[in-house]
Amino acid sequence: MRKKAAVWLSLALGFGMALSGCSSNSVSDDAKQGNQKAGEKLEIFSWWTGAGEEDGLKALIKLFQEKYPDIEIENAAVAGGAGTNAKAVLASRMQGDDPPSTFQVHGGAELNEGWVAAGKMEPLNDLYEQEGWMDKFPKALIDMVSKDGNIYSVPVNIHRGNVLWYNKKVFADNGLQPPKTFDEFFQVADQLKAKGVTPLALGDKEPWTATHLFETVLLGTLGADGYKKLWTGELSFDDPKVKQAAETFKKMLGYINEDHSSRNWQDAAQLVAEGKAAMYVMGDWAKGYFVNDLQLNVNEDFGYVPTPNTDGKFMVITDTFGLPKGVKNPDDVKKFLALLGSVEGQDAFNPLKGSIPARIDADPSKYDEYGKQTMEDFKNAELAPSLAHGSAAPEGFVTKVNQAINIFVTQKDVNSFIGTLVSAAAELKK
Amino acid sequence: METVKIAPAKETAAVPAVRKKRKWTADHWLAAAFLAPSVALIFLFVYGFIGWTGYVSVSNWNSLVPDWSFAGLKNYQYLFQDFRFQADLRNTLVFTVLFIAVVIVLGQLLAILLDQKLRGESLFRNIFFFPMALSFVVTGVVWQWLFNPSTGVNLFLKPFGLDSKWYTDTTIAAGFHWGKIEFGIPVAMIAVVVAAVWQMTGFAVAMYLAGLRAIPDEVREAARMDGATEFQLYWKIILPLLRPITVSVIIIMAHISLKIFDLIYAMTGPGANFVTDVPGVYMFETTFRGNYYANGAAIAIVMLLSVAIFIVPYLISSRKGGS
Repeated sequence: MRKKAAVWLSLALGFGMALSGCSSNSVSDDAKQGNQKAGEKLEIFSWWTGAGEEDGLKALIKLFQEKYPDIEIENAAVAGGAGTNAKAVLASRMQGDDPPSTFQVHGGAELNEGWVAAGKMEPLNDLYEQEGWMDKFPKALIDMVSKDGNIYSVPVNIHRGNVLWYNKKVFADNGLQPPKTFDEFFQVADQLKAKGVTPLALGDKEPWTATHLFETVLLGTLGADGYKKLWTGELSFDDPKVKQAAETFKKMLGYINEDHSSRNWQDAAQLVAEGKAAMYVMGDWAKGYFVNDLQLNVNEDFGYVPTPNTDGKFMVITDTFGLPKGVKNPDDVKKFLALLGSVEGQDAFNPLKGSIPARIDADPSKYDEYGKQTMEDFKNAELAPSLAHGSAAPEGFVTKVNQAINIFVTQKDVNSFIGTLVSAAAELKK
Repeated sequence: METVKIAPAKETAAVPAVRKKRKWTADHWLAAAFLAPSVALIFLFVYGFIGWTGYVSVSNWNSLVPDWSFAGLKNYQYLFQDFRFQADLRNTLVFTVLFIAVVIVLGQLLAILLDQKLRGESLFRNIFFFPMALSFVVTGVVWQWLFNPSTGVNLFLKPFGLDSKWYTDTTIAAGFHWGKIEFGIPVAMIAVVVAAVWQMTGFAVAMYLAGLRAIPDEVREAARMDGATEFQLYWKIILPLLRPITVSVIIIMAHISLKIFDLIYAMTGPGANFVTDVPGVYMFETTFRGNYYANGAAIAIVMLLSVAIFIVPYLISSRKGGS
């Protein structure tokens, strides 16, 4: 009898181990079953966990729940690294055929060359027609979320990448005007340096911030058309103009704070807020940080101009949401996407997030001074897709550029930098 | 504690030779039944996945769309020509050597001091062992604050005219060019070594303390009778007796340092010019940010092989020692 009991025990143990061995599978199975019982939760996947962006997302979710109280929502946000951690989680979920109901993805190459090319997204043309969106979003923006004539996601906001933020007091004290061209930039920077103020703040603990600075230099040097040609292969990376941009970038690096590699983008913004540094190139989420976290006032404590030579040009970063293939509740997801693309949804989300609406017919009175002006600029400016934020080129290329930039910031070797860009460009023409 | 494990392992190795000739009894079948599930699971989830990773590393799967076609050693070739990976290998080597050396020296020293039968010993034991209870992520974040150029220890150092940049320093000490990279000790890596040593020394102390306690008092007394000084006693007799523990410490520390990811990821990331980058961080970014699955798998295999260089000779020697 004892033997028998022991055999049963061993079998039970073995079974238990088998279960614990595949714990990751069993958890997701449980989650799936839970979903079925709860009538398919609507899982919204994003990396909006910071101040401002989280408030915006929650406002959207609240609005949705008022309209559809029966649909349960799960906010599956993953924090950290300007979305890089979330993208890693998303990649493993998508590869494992366990997609979230809808997820945040930057319009442009990140969507089109990534998930659409991998055959993981449903087209949303019928939703666009049903909601009458075709003339409500700018055509250039719809093109950014389309591939081969199909539209794959709904833009919820627009961020501008090419903004030069500056400390008003530092500029006023030194009798300086914010620079409009590279020449003016270096003149101003020299004067500031002579006064003992760090001219330009940079926090490249995560190298995308340096890539962000470089792309604005590229845009300022090449113009919007030349810049866009880089991504279609019409302009090679060893073009003299690209080299000139790299030289300008290198010169700029001579004016940054010494401890740049230990700071992230917020830490660098703080330098400008405290008046330790005078200027900062960052997307307009920096405004959200200045206003929401540091309690500064637009045009009193800090001012803004387009980065050198980019007046009338608009580096677009757009957050969009799409419908992955294989979700069980596509109708609920479409209801959410419809709200996301509506004037109501965009005006609930964007004032809190600090971005501007992607629609051209949103209500400007809901936005602050900076928002109003940027909405005006967005209508008239030449749009250019951001490289650092995945709109211009596939993630693989962006990763390689980030690596090249990381090395360049220290070694400042223009030729080797251009060489790396040229060899990485093989990624672009697949 | 670890010494206790090492000793019986040698004895059991001798047992199967006797057993071979006997018939399998019910007990053996039962033992096999107990072991079978875990053996099967380990073959699937450990060796199976290693094999899988190995296959991915020679495939063309370098985008979101899986591509199983055979690529040969292309991914490895790319890696070894890559500046970042060369820097990683240098960093890993520097980190491993410094980390293990300091842990062993400090561990022996503290264990010997603790072994002096002082009062409140258990309190000190806990103080030294406490950092082990933290995760590397916590250690990384805390030391990042401590070493931040504008805060932490620098606030105490500045009045003395010391303005250290710690982990933001991009210089490579004693550097000479070797291929694309500058070979030498990246100064920023030293800050990481300090954090890692802080975390792991307690473990070495505990191991050495157990080892010291296992040495019978008669040995010390005999040496003293023969007129050995305390220094000679430790240098000539005690430390040589602790050698098996040093081997265990090296093996354990080496596999930690060769695979290290979380400490560096939390503390410095790749660092400017990749002065604090390691294969673990590169593997994570390549695979999950760049979607270069095959390249990432190749890095993982290189990491596995580097650990195997330490572990396999140890396994072989411990088997030989038993028979």
